[in-house]
Amino acid sequence: MQQTISVLLENKPGALLRVTGVLSARGYNIESLTVAKTLDPDLSRMTIVVDVEDRLRSQVVKQINKLINVLQATDLTDAPAVIREMVLLRLRCEQPSRTSVLKEAEIFNARVVDSSTEGYAIEATGDPEKLDEFIEVMRTYGEIEISRAGACAMSLEGKKLRLQPPIPAPALAQV
Amino acid sequence: MLNAEHKRNEGRLMNGAEILLECLVREGVDCFFGYPGGVTLPFYDAVYDHQIRHVLVRHEENAVFAAQGYSRATGKTGVCCATSGPGATNLVTGLVDAMMDSIPLVAITGQVHSKLIGSDAFQEADTFGITRPATKHNFMVRNVHELPQIIHEAFYIASTGRPGPVLVDIPKDVFQDRAHYVPVDAIHLPGYKVFLDGHAGQIRRAAQLMLEAERPLIYAGGGIIHSGASAELTELAELLDAPAVCTLMGLGGLSSSHPNFISMPGMHGSYAANLALTESDLLIALGVRFDDRVTGKLQAFARHARVIHVDIDPAEIAKNRVPDIPIVGDVKRVLQKMNRVVEELKPDMPAKTASARQDWWSKVRGWMDERPFDRSRAENEIKPQHLMDEIDRLSGGQAIVTSDVGQHQMWAAQLIRFNEPRLWINSGGLGSMGFGVPSAVGAQMARPDKLVFAICGDGGFQMAIPELSTIAANNLPIKIIIMNNGVLGMVRQWQTLFYNNRLSSVALEAFPDAEKLAGAYGFTGRTIDKPWELTEALITAINHPGPYLLNVKVSPMENVYPMVPAGGAINEMVFAPAEEPALV
Repeated sequence: MQQTISVLLENKPGALLRVTGVLSARGYNIESLTVAKTLDPDLSRMTIVVDVEDRLRSQVVKQINKLINVLQATDLTDAPAVIREMVLLRLRCEQPSRTSVLKEAEIFNARVVDSSTEGYAIEATGDPEKLDEFIEVMRTYGEIEISRAGACAMSLEGKKLRLQPPIPAPALAQV
Repeated sequence: MLNAEHKRNEGRLMNGAEILLECLVREGVDCFFGYPGGVTLPFYDAVYDHQIRHVLVRHEENAVFAAQGYSRATGKTGVCCATSGPGATNLVTGLVDAMMDSIPLVAITGQVHSKLIGSDAFQEADTFGITRPATKHNFMVRNVHELPQIIHEAFYIASTGRPGPVLVDIPKDVFQDRAHYVPVDAIHLPGYKVFLDGHAGQIRRAAQLMLEAERPLIYAGGGIIHSGASAELTELAELLDAPAVCTLMGLGGLSSSHPNFISMPGMHGSYAANLALTESDLLIALGVRFDDRVTGKLQAFARHARVIHVDIDPAEIAKNRVPDIPIVGDVKRVLQKMNRVVEELKPDMPAKTASARQDWWSKVRGWMDERPFDRSRAENEIKPQHLMDEIDRLSGGQAIVTSDVGQHQMWAAQLIRFNEPRLWINSGGLGSMGFGVPSAVGAQMARPDKLVFAICGDGGFQMAIPELSTIAANNLPIKIIIMNNGVLGMVRQWQTLFYNNRLSSVALEAFPDAEKLAGAYGFTGRTIDKPWELTEALITAINHPGPYLLNVKVSPMENVYPMVPAGGAINEMVFAPAEEPALV
């Protein structure tokens, strides 16, 4: 089943690979992955959607939590959380249908970001199912191309972040 | 040891190589194992007249194995070093090996000049990428200023929590660049959580279960050795008067001579250990990972038992078996508390339980008497069991024994006693051939006072022959004992049992003459094949002041029993045909 994992990690070279490595080493395919730095530029927040056997779900999260660069990994699959995706869509459409396209886009709260004689470029955000629908609808108007960003999730309950405080360097104790 | 000279180094202008050595001194490193190369030239130039001893091995893989031997014999973090490219890639097997057995290790690798990284330069390899899944953590140093911080973080990560290997990749220019050495005052690893103290409530509940159980069994593993919890384990076994099994990695955790020790469980474990696991109503799992070689068919494993699982790694809890009482913590600290609670609650133990315990012990003792390990001898040939039995008798549970992987490893684990922790050194999880000889180099270097046996098969020994040179050069009085059956014994055993005895590619023909081979390196070697020669030959080897190579030709078709066929339940053991009870 699809599992949504939110990971707070250090913004360091190789950190991303360590997280995805836990999944790829077990043969799991990542459905989507988004990552960007947080308010603290030394940290990144990552959302991964991955297909994992139910009985291995907690094991995968534990293994990610074990990584030195990971501050916290949380399974949001069954937790209260908002999940949003974004899609950029280019639609070729003929003159007669252009108004209907705009109306349709409005229904989905999508915004036109470019307009040309060929057609439109449209930006939409929403939960993944809603975007699937939007794409299906747009497809009926003509040839489309899409670029879709993966899920970006935010937990709705504050979870206390336990961080390791700095440790005195062991060698100095010997001086 | 830190002295005034090192205190004076603070603030001094040094190059990266000197800074690295300064950090190693501050981490208490007195010796490390390695092999130089192009990009580590500046480092080895600093090593040349430094107080830390460098041991030149003959292959980088053996540098890791030697560092592991050093670490496994002492508990200290082992250190090894290799150059970029092939030097670094040769470390990989040993790193994964250390990862599987949770051995604290810091590996230093050279990397090409920062400006050349990514240009397919001579001897360039993506060491950082290649070793990522082979280590607990790895680092690439980008400039000389971050070097001290990274080195101390590496040692901290390697040696704390669940120990493991950490690799630090250092470009050539970082070794050369100069900086004022600023000692590191603190380690910042916000995401690295180590859970040391177990939950007090869980510990109390566990202690209560221990006193209610009628058929308790202690299942102790490598975690006991890593956390130095032998005394606490012994105390618990005595407080509860419970039988205890030690896994392959846990041998010596409870002395093999202790009356509560009922040997090793698992695929080649003892009859008593495997039946006790199957019949137990409470499994006290301490620093173990429910490895498939121990559990056999998981659904059938300890199916009547409730499980208390103590481990420092939260990811080990419920990985293979869901425990009734999980306790995340350092097993030594947890046992220190647990023993006090057990002591406190013990007077309330119901009389009914006490009498059930007596029945349990008589059952376990019955199994031990019914089928002890085979120590039989033959008249005209040396049986492998005879060889191990003699080594056991002569070492008296006091010698360090390193081993390779395969039949000889299993017979050694079954038949040789280890009366203290850190005597039995073997590649348990990864099962790397060629481990025995180089790990003995590290162990003997760390414990010059100890008698060290490297017990190898004729296969694994031939993977490690280059290190005979290291042994000779350093005059290490290691006793290499080759259990020579002329085949890759364990593979041959499986071919015999499960592949219609079609012995494909297992015969190791043209084994070198041991006397000439050792002689070529300037030490003594000997081959024997008669049972009446064995005791005298072993005593001669032990009393010989220098290294000794003893090639013992044993019966080639002997199989290790008991054996649990792969995927089988551990109570369904197979025994040597002659021993098999007649079918009714």
